[in-house]
Amino acid sequence: MSASVFSPPHLPPPFVNTVPPPTLISQGAEALLYRTHFLQSTHPCALKYRPSKPYRHPTLDARLTKHRILSEARTMVRMRKEGLKVPGVLGVDCEPAHGDNARKGGGGWMMMEWVEGQTAKDLLVAVKETRKSCGREEVLREQVRNLMHRIGTILCKMHEIGVIHGDLTTSNLMIRHGAQQPHGITDGHAEGHGRANNTSGIETEPILREALVNGEVVLIDFGLATSSIQDEDKAVDLYVLERAFGSTHPEAEDEFNEVLKAYGESSRGARVVLKRLEDVRLRGRKKSMIG
Amino acid sequence: MALIQTLSLAHLPPSLAVHVALYQEVTNASFLQQQLLLGNSDFEYAFIDASVILSPNHLLAAVFRAVNDSDNGRLKSRNVHSEIVFALSPNNNIATSFRTFGILPTTRSLLVVKISTNPSITASSISQHLSATIEGTAIEFSKDNISKFTDIKKVKKIYKIGNKTDVQERKNRGSEKGTVVGELDDKKEMEVVILGMMALRGQT
Ligand SMILES: Nc1ncnc2c1ncn2[C@@H]1O[C@H](COP(=O)(O)OP(=O)(O)OP(=O)(O)O)[C@@H](O)[C@H]1O
Ligand SMILES: [Mg+2]
Repeated sequence: MSASVFSPPHLPPPFVNTVPPPTLISQGAEALLYRTHFLQSTHPCALKYRPSKPYRHPTLDARLTKHRILSEARTMVRMRKEGLKVPGVLGVDCEPAHGDNARKGGGGWMMMEWVEGQTAKDLLVAVKETRKSCGREEVLREQVRNLMHRIGTILCKMHEIGVIHGDLTTSNLMIRHGAQQPHGITDGHAEGHGRANNTSGIETEPILREALVNGEVVLIDFGLATSSIQDEDKAVDLYVLERAFGSTHPEAEDEFNEVLKAYGESSRGARVVLKRLEDVRLRGRKKSMIG
Repeated sequence: MALIQTLSLAHLPPSLAVHVALYQEVTNASFLQQQLLLGNSDFEYAFIDASVILSPNHLLAAVFRAVNDSDNGRLKSRNVHSEIVFALSPNNNIATSFRTFGILPTTRSLLVVKISTNPSITASSISQHLSATIEGTAIEFSKDNISKFTDIKKVKKIYKIGNKTDVQERKNRGSEKGTVVGELDDKKEMEVVILGMMALRGQT
């Protein structure tokens, strides 16, 4: 078994010099996400590294990687310019190197602002764990609805400026700590919450409430984002989230409706998108009956 | 005596030092620019007009990109110092970037950056040369001093940000939680957007 243990590829220059070395936070199918710092060690940032895929033709590989990194970075810069909450892009490198570094391979990276907080997924998993023990289920449900409302609003704004996310899941929505939140408390990942803190829901409840009610929703992971103002594309974007939510957080499916409600109230065209979503759902159902 | 600050930027090799100096009331900008135009090799510096620099971070992000591009054999201009000036640019025109960010005869406040890969180039050797050639007053390279010289209007124009609709929109969005976007917020926000545009420059 030990032969199959995943070891992340070495980071390319300049991160071979980085002290302390970047910490691996997550490994997706395409990208590795590290926590490191920007130009000073006091300025935390996220490093998203897309290594080259050895099984792809090198030229094609370089082109694909570059395209992904650039389209993600461009979308994020554009959104931030429009005043939407996404991590700011700090640096990008997706060109092949020449000279001494020429052999670093076809991968590329993007540095962006670090979001001090947790994913909506981790937060909802923590809520689920707490809900059982705290004896205040309805209060928590209400707080989750509050969060869902803010998510619906921000998704509507994103669509209003013509950005389709392309991969909406609760892992791609982050909840930033409020300023008064002491660091490190909700920093952990989902597992940490349930197990390490399973003393009682009474203790975690105020922390959860803070994130659910005051946490700032930050959109991340724009590697598959596209540009469109078509209702169909917006509806499919929402459908993807609805499906992902239903399978990851079945216990909170009712609260999810608040996302759509807020979405519908946030712009004039949004109701049409929600109507369209009903068609998309129908098609989805037919497709799954056939296939 | 010049006030040179020697920084080591994260991720860059520790052997590589970044020296920065800031001058106000410079009276011989014309002469200094001339040395660059003549390609005088004693003047291998990035001479930047401080009025278009928002913050130390703004400048240092350009330094970081230029050094990284240089290390990867991707310089688009003459050397790493001219590349620093070019790295500030939101577009891919080198000549325009020099006119926008580089020293001009009218420059009064001046930022100087020198990258040293060679141990013979030290803060004191740079300091001596700058003191002998720059007519002006050296002051500390700090956030506060930088912001004294920033011409915010000009910066917004260069990066095409903060035009009315953007600012208004952002205020509307920002006020959602009852927070008024103040001057400080605006500047932080501007910096983030600017760094994004610099990072995307020339990436096609
Ligand atoms: N700017 C950031 N600040 C803090 N954490 C982040 C940031 N960006 C990403 N993360 C964390 O890293 C994870 C992976 O990032 P991202 O979703 O961008 O990459 P990915 O590999 O495409 O993910 P996936 O496997 O879900 O497709 C996120 O779910 C989040 O937990
Ligand atoms: Mg993701």
